[in-house]
Amino acid sequence: MQRRRVPRYWKLLWVLVLAAMAWPFVQAQDLKSFEQKITTKVLPNGLTLIICERPDAPVFSFATYVDAGDVNDPSGESGLAHMFEHLAFKGTSEIGTTDWAAEKVALAKVEAANDAYEAEYLKPIGRDPVKLAALKKAFEDVQAEAHTFVVPNQFTSVAERSGATGLNAGTGLDQTVYFWSMPQSRLELWAWLESGRLADVQPREFYKERDVVNEERRMRTDSDPTGRLVEQFLATAYVAHNYGRSGVGWPSEVSQITATQAMEFHRKYYVGANIVVAVAGDVKASEALPMLEKYFGRVPGGPKPEEMTTVEPKQFAEKTVTIREQTQPFFIEGYHRPDFRDPDSAVYDAISDIMSNGRVSRLYRSLVRDQQIAAQAQGFSPYPGGKYPGLFAFYAVPVPGHTPAEMRDAIHKEIARLQTADVSDEELQMFKTRTRANLLSGLADNQGLAFALSEYQTRYGDWRELFLQLYRVDKVTKADIRRVANQVFVPSNRTSAWIETEATATAAQKVGGAQ
Amino acid sequence: MNIKHYSSIVLASAIFAALLTPATLTAQQNKPWEKIPAVKLHDFKPQQPRQIVLKNGIVIFLQEDHELPFVYGRVSIPGGERDEDLAKAGLVSLYSGTWRTSGTAKLSGDAMDDLLESKAASIETFYSDDAVSLSWRSLKEDSDEVLTLALDLLFHPKFSVEKLKLAQQQEATNVVRRNDNAGGIAYRESEKLVYGANSPYTHQPELATIGAITIDDLNAWHDLSIHNKLFLVIGGDFDPAAMEAKLRLAFESLPPVKALPVRHDVFAGPKPGITFIDKKDVNQSTIEIVGLGTDRHNPDVPTLAVMNEILGSGFSSRLFQKVRTELGLAYGVGGGYGYTYDHPGEFSVYVGTKSATTVQAIQATLGEIAGLTTKPFTQVELDQARNSILNSFLFQYDTKRKVLNEQARFAYYGYPADYLETYEAGIKKVTLADLDRVARKYIHPDKLAVLVVGNGAEIKPGLEELKLGPIQSVDITIPKPPQPASDQNKQ
Repeated sequence: MQRRRVPRYWKLLWVLVLAAMAWPFVQAQDLKSFEQKITTKVLPNGLTLIICERPDAPVFSFATYVDAGDVNDPSGESGLAHMFEHLAFKGTSEIGTTDWAAEKVALAKVEAANDAYEAEYLKPIGRDPVKLAALKKAFEDVQAEAHTFVVPNQFTSVAERSGATGLNAGTGLDQTVYFWSMPQSRLELWAWLESGRLADVQPREFYKERDVVNEERRMRTDSDPTGRLVEQFLATAYVAHNYGRSGVGWPSEVSQITATQAMEFHRKYYVGANIVVAVAGDVKASEALPMLEKYFGRVPGGPKPEEMTTVEPKQFAEKTVTIREQTQPFFIEGYHRPDFRDPDSAVYDAISDIMSNGRVSRLYRSLVRDQQIAAQAQGFSPYPGGKYPGLFAFYAVPVPGHTPAEMRDAIHKEIARLQTADVSDEELQMFKTRTRANLLSGLADNQGLAFALSEYQTRYGDWRELFLQLYRVDKVTKADIRRVANQVFVPSNRTSAWIETEATATAAQKVGGAQ
Repeated sequence: MNIKHYSSIVLASAIFAALLTPATLTAQQNKPWEKIPAVKLHDFKPQQPRQIVLKNGIVIFLQEDHELPFVYGRVSIPGGERDEDLAKAGLVSLYSGTWRTSGTAKLSGDAMDDLLESKAASIETFYSDDAVSLSWRSLKEDSDEVLTLALDLLFHPKFSVEKLKLAQQQEATNVVRRNDNAGGIAYRESEKLVYGANSPYTHQPELATIGAITIDDLNAWHDLSIHNKLFLVIGGDFDPAAMEAKLRLAFESLPPVKALPVRHDVFAGPKPGITFIDKKDVNQSTIEIVGLGTDRHNPDVPTLAVMNEILGSGFSSRLFQKVRTELGLAYGVGGGYGYTYDHPGEFSVYVGTKSATTVQAIQATLGEIAGLTTKPFTQVELDQARNSILNSFLFQYDTKRKVLNEQARFAYYGYPADYLETYEAGIKKVTLADLDRVARKYIHPDKLAVLVVGNGAEIKPGLEELKLGPIQSVDITIPKPPQPASDQNKQ
């Protein structure tokens, strides 16, 4: 299951917001037509169902949006939300097992054996290698015993042979999203499978899957120069908030997560009030709702988990990270900005569009076209998440012969332009026009709609905000852009990170960590 | 660029049923999901695009689609990277990269950017192995103007020296960065093992070849290829009669097209054995196991599709089941016997595993490949694979745009209009005996090449444990550009 920053939709939808200004009729028309197509229902357990009827072809897509991601991983357990997401493909007490009663007993033994092994492994002094080897063997033996009750990958096999396509999930820092598309004829099967795993996931094959997740980390982070840089960049930009912590998990932590911890995460965060399920496609709400209510009613109720108290303190020291290695140079910098609820949220979107979108954007024209020092240069936000205060980041990829320092200086020059002079009427207008077109083109795709509706319902408590925020965006002015640029893009609020190319290997290249 | 720490990976992967022992099957008596009936699938007749063949041989596909107020189109010009001169490697990329940014005599590329962006419209150029294409897209209300612009760019480009220089820099950036990513190295170098390093499908641009390309080269390529058999694909919110009239006006008066000579690419396939590329900044080995594949004209393709599903596609496949789920050795694993439209594809299986388990992962993966001929296919596997393909087949044509693109693609390569139906019918008919025959015919583990990109110091046990013969190496050092004359004078 991939880790994917799920919806870039909120970007798309901001855009759509802007659309409304130039063409008020589009917004009014779209919202009205969508109100007719969309049914929302909050079940007694708190889970929200959204159905968007699009009977064009006999198919549907869904998105299950869980308002919990790796930002919620407890201390010492980074990577837990993602690890749980992998577990959610392993089946339940009804699917994936030959004998759940017996398997449950075996899984308890696995957990006890892992605890015993970990206790010895983590001993600060007096660890006994012979004992450790024996405990490891015992751990492997009970896993083998538990495996005898497993019907491997049965959950996904049943979905796939019933026509599921694009079956996957993504864990971000803010959220976990599960999704696939299917022929309309298998809606009930999907409801059984999806509600089953939300309500009744079991810690099957957990420790083998943990190995898989560690391979995912090696691929994405350890063995990729940009992956390594970005992990250091975020860890440096944040001193208190979990946005600074490796999302896939620090090697020592993600390699020692236990099934008990994963199940505890499930118990706390996979409650009805924390989940929105959106279905878009050839589904008739009046016919489907009773059936969906029956299945999704199985998800446990319980209070919405408490909000986190940590707020990233105001940055007052400019920070830089330099990685020297034999790969090509790269530059990234970020400035702290408020979360998605901030009244200036749309202003940030305008800045990122004007600086970055296409060949008319300021960074392209300046760094790529005119100075010819970069192959690519963009700004983007919010990063690495938007639920809590994230960063407004800029990056540039130098062309041969140019350095990260030149990227930095050129980007700062463009930032200074934003701070000292208004953007043009044309630039602001282009942003709005693009927004309208992007919004519109997103409305004809079942999977995209399911993502967007579930995300907006989760973040704003009402999917209509997808359209309604157009009004806020409508108010963005040139003065807002200047004001925000002056507030946020200041040196004391900045963290930069770059790769400098070395001719020979250095210690910095030695990657690795716990197995 | 992959800056988010959640990027996506396409995981092709493998089957489960091998592990389903009879005991498992009997023990699991209660299967609640089987009691959930499939309701009747709603009738669905996808709207087919209309094909128009002009007297001069130009082909047009039109698909009305009024759901959204957009019009989109594409003209494909046969002739791509595989057709460029080896000494001018990178020419097609630079041609495509300079064309749109240069613009026309009437409107420069920069001015075109401003105009199009103000309308949220786009005109772009792309290239591939076998074609260069020019595509456009706009809101309905701007569609006439954007079509006119696109046609002007198609017929009257004005290649600019300045934009060529820009494209050369972009391409040079790709060249110098091509060894930064292990996956990129593995993909590129394993293709070379299959087709040869200087084949039409694998020759690569170098700083020297890019630097030598001139505006004259771009003009020459354009003047020659624009007379090839153009292929137009247009969809969206338009009046079909009016659109047809516009296109006829623009294209009907052109001289008869010249078809490119049919290629007869023949490849011997890789030299069996193992090749290693050392990369010191990784802790995971990227492994490609490759051989020669086939093309879609091969009547065995439906059976190969089912075999691929069983071997390495999806969560139920043998490779996924063994290497990922059972052994926990990999996140990404999968692949299969490839088929392309008009030349032999590749057999390609991919796996990524931590350095220390490189040998174990290769053995397990090779074991599953060899198992195609030694471990009998089961009815459970066949049903799983066939149902996965057939029940999701709908997603090949669930939007008008997909139908348009599928139909156009098969027509472009000269396949019959009912190709997809024939293919689907073929899948339905695949038997265990077919799978058996096809596996024995196409799967030859002794003819495969194994490529490992990884950290040599960490790979223990070493690759020699595999006993695949001497470990070959490939020099992937990026050749330096020729020194400009002025620099040489200084030295």
